[in-house]
Amino acid sequence: MLSSSLYLRRRVKNVIALGLSSVATLIGLVFLAWILWETLRQGIGAINWNLFSKISVYRENGGLANAMVGSLILDLLGIAIATPIGVLAGTWLAEYANRTRLGESIRFLNDILLSAPSIVLGLFVYTIVVLPTTALTHGDTTFSGLAGGIALALIALPVIVRTTDEMLRLVPSTLREAALSLGIPQWKLTMQILMRGARSGIITGVLLALARISGETAPLLFTAFGNNFLTFNPMDKMPSLPQAIYEYTKDPDPAINAIAWAGAFVITMFVLALSLLSRLILSRNKVSHD
Amino acid sequence: MTESAAAGIHPQPAAALAPTKLRVRDLNFYYNGFHALKGINMDIPEKKVTAIIGPSGCGKSTLLRIFNRIYAIYPKLEAKGEIMLDEENILDTRYSMNKLRSKVGMVFQKPVPFPMTIFENVAYGIRHHERLSRADMEIRVEQALRSAALWDEVKDKLKQNALGLSGGQQQRLCIARGIALKPEVLLLDEPTSALDPIATGRIEQLVEELKSEYTIVIVTHNMQQAARCSDLTAFMYLGELIEFDRTEQIFTKPGKKQTEDYITGRFG
Repeated sequence: MLSSSLYLRRRVKNVIALGLSSVATLIGLVFLAWILWETLRQGIGAINWNLFSKISVYRENGGLANAMVGSLILDLLGIAIATPIGVLAGTWLAEYANRTRLGESIRFLNDILLSAPSIVLGLFVYTIVVLPTTALTHGDTTFSGLAGGIALALIALPVIVRTTDEMLRLVPSTLREAALSLGIPQWKLTMQILMRGARSGIITGVLLALARISGETAPLLFTAFGNNFLTFNPMDKMPSLPQAIYEYTKDPDPAINAIAWAGAFVITMFVLALSLLSRLILSRNKVSHD
Repeated sequence: MTESAAAGIHPQPAAALAPTKLRVRDLNFYYNGFHALKGINMDIPEKKVTAIIGPSGCGKSTLLRIFNRIYAIYPKLEAKGEIMLDEENILDTRYSMNKLRSKVGMVFQKPVPFPMTIFENVAYGIRHHERLSRADMEIRVEQALRSAALWDEVKDKLKQNALGLSGGQQQRLCIARGIALKPEVLLLDEPTSALDPIATGRIEQLVEELKSEYTIVIVTHNMQQAARCSDLTAFMYLGELIEFDRTEQIFTKPGKKQTEDYITGRFG
């Protein structure tokens, strides 16, 4: 009698816990689905050839070709700056400073940078890159693609540091011991053995960092600034897709708003493709290891 | 039982058996202040198999891991005392790590092949210590794989990833990788605890074959294994070397009550 009431109570608790967590999951998923659905519905209708072939200076008769090119250049600049620094810093944390107080402090600071508001990073780059170079050009403002790329790099950097650090620390310590006990020095062990084991995880981290920065607007406002023309020169003011969406959404003209939706759709698909690609890389690596 | 054994330690049960390869004197080891090994003295004879047994946490793996100073990669671990390898103290910080690791090879509990091809797994370590032509390298790799009794199973798939081998094959690959450097001492840290009985049998047979060329120290949880494949057995308990003698002596007429209790299964 006692035991059956005990079981009943446990089952009731179980049902409640399961119900609450399911509802919470559902709430999250509903919003995600809603966002995706809206983007798809509004965006796909506005997609046309002009979007990819014309630049934004033609307004409602134009497209976002310059913004897409600009975004690609900015994102690649950001990743190109952040990847070597991030991978090396993550390696240092995992292999040389693991379990030391200095390493722990830097890991903590990196996590703070990871959650720093991106507009703050934009202002930071404005202060240390844009303003000083403005002085050099006798007052001409020096917003540039390069400054935008540096701002994006600051956002990508902590993501790459963290994934590199975590992926390397996932490599079992027995592998390190096995290599060191053959007399292999630490740097060879890191570069030739551990990196091989952690490679797919690190590439995934870089792809996720790319996905993260490809949607950033705030850090570009005071750095890349935006541009209605097509440019390939990183020293020019440079347009970007998120910034174009931001500006087109504020416009009173519904035709311009539609182009913003199309841009949002393009970015979403780009990020989705990156996520799928990183999943693919990770899962393929797992299969070959088993 | 000799008089010195009665006095506590018996460092040289094998003096008559073979010359000493590793002479351990007053070895103390500290984990972050915790006194893990207490005054170890033992003489490990050349080209014999010395087994170290004892319950979990007795310090047997710790002792083994001092012989190639692999412990030194972690902070806050400290070994005090003397371990003479061919009349040189390997605990001396001036002793070259490169030299030590090429003289003393180690095989771990879990097989840990490198994420490379089977051939590269063996060649990788050699390449760090010696410059060999392609043909010489192929000979060396083949020799090592033959000595580890793995050649016949892998000779047609040397270019395949080593992670595709079975656990027992991976462990023999790790032994091949170790002996490819032509070490003088081979340390085996519970090398069969992750393997099935058939793979275990092969490794034990291999240990038997390898002792003609190498001084082997094997840590094992499995007392039958120690009895089957070692010449000498050391019994450790709570960081102390309780008894060290010829294997048949330890398993038939142990000198200490603690040893007897352990091998008869009364504790541990």
